[in-house]
Formats: sequence, structure tokens, C-alpha cells
Amino acid sequence: MADNKERPERTPSEKADFKRELEGVVPHLRAFARGLCGRPDMADDLVQEALLKAWAAQERFEPGTSMRAWTFVILRNAYLTDMRRNRFRGEYDENVAERILTAPAGQEEPIHLSDMHRALLTLPPERREALLLVGAGGFSYEEAANICGCAVGTIKSRVGRARAALNSMLADGDIPQRAIEDEGAHRAILEELDDVAAGNGVAASKS
Amino acid sequence: MTSSKKHEPGTGEGTKSGKAKDPEWANGLKQLYDSVVNEPLPDSFKSLLDQFDDTPRKPDSKSAERSSGEESSS
Repeated sequence: MADNKERPERTPSEKADFKRELEGVVPHLRAFARGLCGRPDMADDLVQEALLKAWAAQERFEPGTSMRAWTFVILRNAYLTDMRRNRFRGEYDENVAERILTAPAGQEEPIHLSDMHRALLTLPPERREALLLVGAGGFSYEEAANICGCAVGTIKSRVGRARAALNSMLADGDIPQRAIEDEGAHRAILEELDDVAAGNGVAASKS
Repeated sequence: MTSSKKHEPGTGEGTKSGKAKDPEWANGLKQLYDSVVNEPLPDSFKSLLDQFDDTPRKPDSKSAERSSGEESSS
């Protein structure tokens, strides 16, 4: 996959290309981050962190591949690292949540985006991220699996479970008031993070 | 600025995973995502990106006022 690890430092024009592409994905990074952690301020912090890391690691980006997918991996790792430092865990705050939920205002759609978002935030993080990638970000299962460093089947099952959960929540109008931050689920993605960090980003082995 | 809800140009992706029988919230999920994508970019991002132009490639020169306990590379 990443065979060109010894690329020399980029030329100015390559850097300009890189920067332009990076700039282009910032809105997507923000959207993904907000879906991941729910809080706009933290989400934007995460994106800034990811941008810095992406810029610093630009030699590892293979031109012609998806900048969005590449930066999502970085963003995701930043998120998981922060989560591991307990930056996010257990910080779900009803007031802040209400603000988020009303943030994407201006749309009178039959499906209430606030319900949607609240339901989304109740999902275990690894299902939430899978659904975000596939259902919102438009990534294929394969791309999402690469981003998450897990098997395609794993992504499919996570998306399936996330969809089922949202179906029942939104159909019944029965959305829990608080996000359920499931320790076990955190552990699952944190273990994957270790795989990713170890360089087994693709098709991580499930032990 | 937000005149077009459904057909926004931007990234051409997004239809790949759209199944025919998605429940109605599936569209809401995309809208949720797109609503953030379509937000105007806060200035903090512009200034961060601007910094990239003058810094060769080291990100750590006071780049952001995040007080995250980053590994401070010296």
C-alpha cells in the first residue's frame, strides 16, 4: 500500500497542490469530527490538530489518492488519542448537546435533524463512526474499512447495527436523553488504534 | 448561500452508498453532515492554513493555541 515511504521532501509546487487539496477537505473534516465527538468546539480543535499532523506528514501522502480518506485517518487517530486521554469521555453535556442540535438550523425538513443528531450521539462510537463514513461521508465499505483499519465485514456489521439502532430510535421517537458512552466499545476502537499505529492499518487482525 | 439543499456540487461522492430503500433518516444523516460541510470556514482555519505557507513543514511553531499536552519536540 504505502510503498513510497522514502519520498524526498516535496517541491514547492507539490506542496501547493497538497495544501490546496488539504484546504478542500477541511469542511469534510469538520463534519466528520463533529459527528464523532458531537461538540463543535472540540471538533474544530481536533480538525486543527489533524491538519497540523497532515501537513507535517505530507511526504506520506500519495498524490492521486483520496485526500479525504487520508486525512480522515489522521483525524480519527487524533480523536482516539484524545479520547484515550479522557478528553471526551464522559463529558457529554446536555446543554452543549442542545446547542449542537440546534446548530444546523435553517432547515425545515420532515426528519428533525436534532433528533437525528441526538440519536447518532447515542450510538457506540465505533458504530457511529462507521455510519458517518458510509452513510454521511459517502465512503464505500471498503474505504471505510481502510480508514478504520478493520475488515470490510466489520464495517458492514457496524453500519448495519447503527442503522438498526437509528431505525428503532427514530421510528419510535424513543431517543435516550444522554449519550451512552460504552466503555467496551471504546476499548474496541482503541485496540484497533493500536493496530493502526503499528502499521497494520489495512485489514487489521482481530485477535 | 444555502440555496441548494439537495443538489450541491462540491464533492461528487455521496451517492455510492445510497440504497434505494434507505429510511427517511438516511437523508437526514447526509444533511447533518452537509450542513457542517457548508458552514463558512472559521477564520481560525484560514490562519492555520496560511501558516503552512511560511513554515517549511514543521507544524509546531506556536501554531495553535491548543493547550493539548502534545509531545513538545525540541
